[in-house]
Amino acid sequence: MNNSLVELNNCGVFRNQKWLVRGVSLKVSQGEIVTLIGPNGSGKSTTAKMSLDILKPDEGTNTIKKDIRISYVPQKISIDWSLPLRSIDFVNLVTKHKTSEINDALEITGIQHLINEDVRNLSGGEFQRLLMARAIAKEPHFLVLDEPVQGVDYSGEIALYKIIQEIVKKINCGILLISHNLHVVMSQTDYVICLNGHVCCSGIPSSVIKDQEYIKLFGSIDPTLSLYKHNHDHHHLPDGSIKEADKNK
Amino acid sequence: MFDDFIIRAFVAGIGLALITGPLGCFIIWRRLSYFGDTIAHSALLGVVIAYAMNFNLIIAVFAVSCFIALSLLFLQKRTNLPDDALLGLLAHSVLAIGLVLLGILSFIRIDLMGLLFGDILSVNITDVLFVWVGGSIVLIVLILIWRPLFAATVNLELAKAEGLNADLANAIFTILIASVIAISIKIVGILLITGLLIIPAAASRNLSSTPIQMAIISSAIGLVSVVLGLQTSMIWNSPTGPTILAIALGVFILTLIPLKKLLISKKKIELSN
Repeated sequence: MNNSLVELNNCGVFRNQKWLVRGVSLKVSQGEIVTLIGPNGSGKSTTAKMSLDILKPDEGTNTIKKDIRISYVPQKISIDWSLPLRSIDFVNLVTKHKTSEINDALEITGIQHLINEDVRNLSGGEFQRLLMARAIAKEPHFLVLDEPVQGVDYSGEIALYKIIQEIVKKINCGILLISHNLHVVMSQTDYVICLNGHVCCSGIPSSVIKDQEYIKLFGSIDPTLSLYKHNHDHHHLPDGSIKEADKNK
Repeated sequence: MFDDFIIRAFVAGIGLALITGPLGCFIIWRRLSYFGDTIAHSALLGVVIAYAMNFNLIIAVFAVSCFIALSLLFLQKRTNLPDDALLGLLAHSVLAIGLVLLGILSFIRIDLMGLLFGDILSVNITDVLFVWVGGSIVLIVLILIWRPLFAATVNLELAKAEGLNADLANAIFTILIASVIAISIKIVGILLITGLLIIPAAASRNLSSTPIQMAIISSAIGLVSVVLGLQTSMIWNSPTGPTILAIALGVFILTLIPLKKLLISKKKIELSN
């Protein structure tokens, strides 16, 4: 299977008398970002789980390269109140890391100051950053991000995608990214797969966005509805304070 | 030294408290307290079988407990009923079967009160050995599977995705619970064992900020409860198992006092003066 880390070949999952998703083929190689987009219930998470071998496909084959480090940022994760868990414990959940590795990971995601904070005291955005920090601390070969920006406001979303870009540059891993919004992730993505129970269309982002199947699902880009470009004139520090206010004002 | 029943009681009780501490934490984290109850209820069937076939009590209870745990896994796969309904079904039907058998096999004479509430003062050398040898094995196995088990407790899919054998860790954990319940039947009894698993762990939750801290403090609270409980029961001549749990509850209530907050507000008052 040449240089690909993970390969799905015509995979499908059949549950409760129906196919959750069927006929998915994809390949993620080192240093590449593959994005899955699609409406709710289109089988994005199911596909991600097949690529992680949490779900065995009922049809087709999933192949994962042997002896690679894998990190997973699941879509939903809730920490039970009964669990006393600090950020550092959470980063060490699956693999025990050196302090320097933990610090690096927390620094990239900008939450180093929260290292000893109880996980349940983190805000939604901080928790997403912690999930990301945990995933990159072990320098994975293959990283799966299932809607890593949900519950994060728009500027936070952009910041998180910048972090993802940095991660790829730094550790050169293959990423399978699930997103509901192609426009935001477009510039970073190498390959897009548009799902709706099956693969509607796939290709490089600029071609997918013009594909009839894609337009049917997501609509074409109406210029009046297209992304509002929020040109931030300052940056927020992780605690929310402003780093560099615009001096012209 | 072990000739004295009081010393045997102390040694057995302390051994048990050390194991139930960390195991109880996992029971709380995974919301399995009703599972512990179910296993404990089904222990009666194990006791009846042990008496009927003249077999070692702890091993019989352990075997039945494992069987019930496996039945639960089977039922979870075969039906769509929620877990609490399945547990209720198993707990009470197995308890009922145990009682029916007990009635039919009229030659069996069981001290039912001792079975329900335990009788730590009647433990013999074999029981003490079972607690310490069995308990050590349980503790070592728990340490060995700690990482996959804990990761699976936080998020099962994440643990699986990143290559930990979470299913195996979960299965082993179930066997550990069955073992501890089998070991503790004689000491605290069927009705109270879940309490010994949960109350110290719950109290410990109020005091700890990391998982390992919670497991260790939980053992310590269990130990204090056993020692104070045994002494109190000798002074007041009260039933031992319930006394131990009552002490544990007392510790739990003490941990509810927000010491840190009280200290801080006291400082504030001093500062404002």
